[in-house]
Amino acid sequence: MALLEVKDLHTSFFTDAGEVRAVNGVSFNLDYGKVLGIVGESGSGKSVTAYSIMQILASTGKIVSGSIKFDGQELVGAGEKVMKDIRGNRISIIFQDPMTSLNPTYSIGKQLMEAILLHTGRNKHEAYERAIEMLKLVNVNEPEKRMKQYPYEFSGGMRQRVMIAMALACEPDILIADEPTTALDVTIQAGILELMKDIQKKIGMAIIMITHDLGVVAQLCDEVIVMYAGGICEQGTEDEIFYNPCHEYTKGLLRSIPTSDNNGERLQPITGTPIDLLNLPKGCPFAPRCVRAMKICLSKTCERLQINDSHQAACWMNVKKLMEEEGGKDE
Amino acid sequence: MSKNDQTLIQVNHLKQYFDINMGFFRSKPLKAVDDISFSIREGETLGLVGESGCGKTTAGRSILHLYKPTAGEIIYRGKKIESAQDIGEFRKHATMVFQDPYSSLDPRMTVEDIIAEPLDVHKMYSSKKERREKVLGLMDRVGLNSEHAARYAHEFSGGQRQRVGIARALAVDPDFIVCDEPVSALDVSIQAQVINMFDELQDRMNLTYLFIAHDLLVVRHISDRIAVMYLGHMVELANADEIYDRPLHPYTKALISAVPVPDPKIAKANKRIELTGEIPSPLNAPSGCPFHTRCPYATDVCRESMPAFEEIETGRFVSCHRVREIN
Repeated sequence: MALLEVKDLHTSFFTDAGEVRAVNGVSFNLDYGKVLGIVGESGSGKSVTAYSIMQILASTGKIVSGSIKFDGQELVGAGEKVMKDIRGNRISIIFQDPMTSLNPTYSIGKQLMEAILLHTGRNKHEAYERAIEMLKLVNVNEPEKRMKQYPYEFSGGMRQRVMIAMALACEPDILIADEPTTALDVTIQAGILELMKDIQKKIGMAIIMITHDLGVVAQLCDEVIVMYAGGICEQGTEDEIFYNPCHEYTKGLLRSIPTSDNNGERLQPITGTPIDLLNLPKGCPFAPRCVRAMKICLSKTCERLQINDSHQAACWMNVKKLMEEEGGKDE
Repeated sequence: MSKNDQTLIQVNHLKQYFDINMGFFRSKPLKAVDDISFSIREGETLGLVGESGCGKTTAGRSILHLYKPTAGEIIYRGKKIESAQDIGEFRKHATMVFQDPYSSLDPRMTVEDIIAEPLDVHKMYSSKKERREKVLGLMDRVGLNSEHAARYAHEFSGGQRQRVGIARALAVDPDFIVCDEPVSALDVSIQAQVINMFDELQDRMNLTYLFIAHDLLVVRHISDRIAVMYLGHMVELANADEIYDRPLHPYTKALISAVPVPDPKIAKANKRIELTGEIPSPLNAPSGCPFHTRCPYATDVCRESMPAFEEIETGRFVSCHRVREIN
């Protein structure tokens, strides 16, 4: 049994303009100790998927259907009491902006100890010791002094380290990182990613890494999910996604980033504009922007197809290829 | 990509200080840009990179005289920009594209009025009809549907807004554009469209760019030469590929090694040069070389004196005391 099993998850936001279907039938499994990357553009539903798991959606958002099983326990409809016990304790989350996710009016120490006091049986003294230990783990110098300081006295990179320390204080089984390095400079980003990798090896928790940056995925992940318009277009091991992409959107993404291979040439962008979630097209959501779209793409969505043991993609091109291959065999 | 060797913009010892109020009538200069010199050739793209707070945006704005430079000179086509008249004239040839397409466009103006604003300022049309024709031509040039001229900025997506910003920058028919992080707010797939557009416009209109960005892969792609800034100083300037393949300054080395390469095999083989500590505050800049507090090669001389920005190979400038020893 996998640690986390998400099955056919649908999450919508009910706005004045209508129902925004942010997540449309997302299914995936996450095993103990694995790093799963979720990549996609803004509005692809990668963050909403994570927020659905944590059930921290905005008030207009609602899980419409589907199942989220964590360690065998169903979370959809489980109620706030169960979730309170899981959030910050067994599943933790860190956000993109370390500037706004810390409370400016409390000291770092107080904020670090809050989760420990709430979820573990430790007393104040033990919680303090644990907080110091966590700051050491994330390489914050002079932890005793830092405990007394306030968020404004920390730089962006240091704040993100504190956020990680806070998220890991209760030894969660899963750490969800929602664009944890997007607001940081490259040299600081590299440090944070390395830290996450080290701690993951040491503690062995699973990580869900949400990012738009394929470079970050390449550094860290075992498995990758590519999302577009609320659905999963492709899922596979890191090597499969980068070296054998089987969905036209993934291929387009990889072609459109500048690398040393296409240096000096024109980039090959994905044409068109991002999708409007209020008016999802009938067929494959990527079809209107896809250069190789066929008739069927515009009228019917493609089911996820097993490419090999460690790779699935939802693209009609694969079906076409398969049919051609089989046709070839018959002759 | 540079068509000729004619220098378009020459920046000499540019300094831009801001007075920071420290209370009790005391103030302290924040040296956002501290003595940088470089030139940009006609038709060239010079990339300007560095981490947040290094002064790259301030440098771009000072060059356009959006701030009055504290010291130093900007020479455009051999003529020094000094008087208010010079500045007015200069701005018909030099414009800017801003980072955030959400806040750099006035929400109360139609796209037509946004794009025509520089034309209004410089009185560059004789009739309403001419103004409209110019705007529609510009919209067409940046790939916007000219039927949308009467719409407001909020009706456009991020990528389209950035196109509006670019059309506005092109309105006066400039030959120099400061692009301040023009693609960092955009999604990857849209980013490539806009980068290609910058390339195409340059080819067609013989534009010269100062391309400010923190994404080194993007900068490398678009630039002919790259300048690296740290704490208000320029530490290295060289050809784009040279900077990337063979960085000489210890800071550039660390910066390049930290770039997340979107290729798992390379990313895993890549050995990162770790920098200790954090970027010092520009209010309390260290003595000597600004990078010595984090530099793995720092010695006493680095702590005491500021290294010169010298040309150590043809066209290659580095500001480091020990550049020859460590490479």
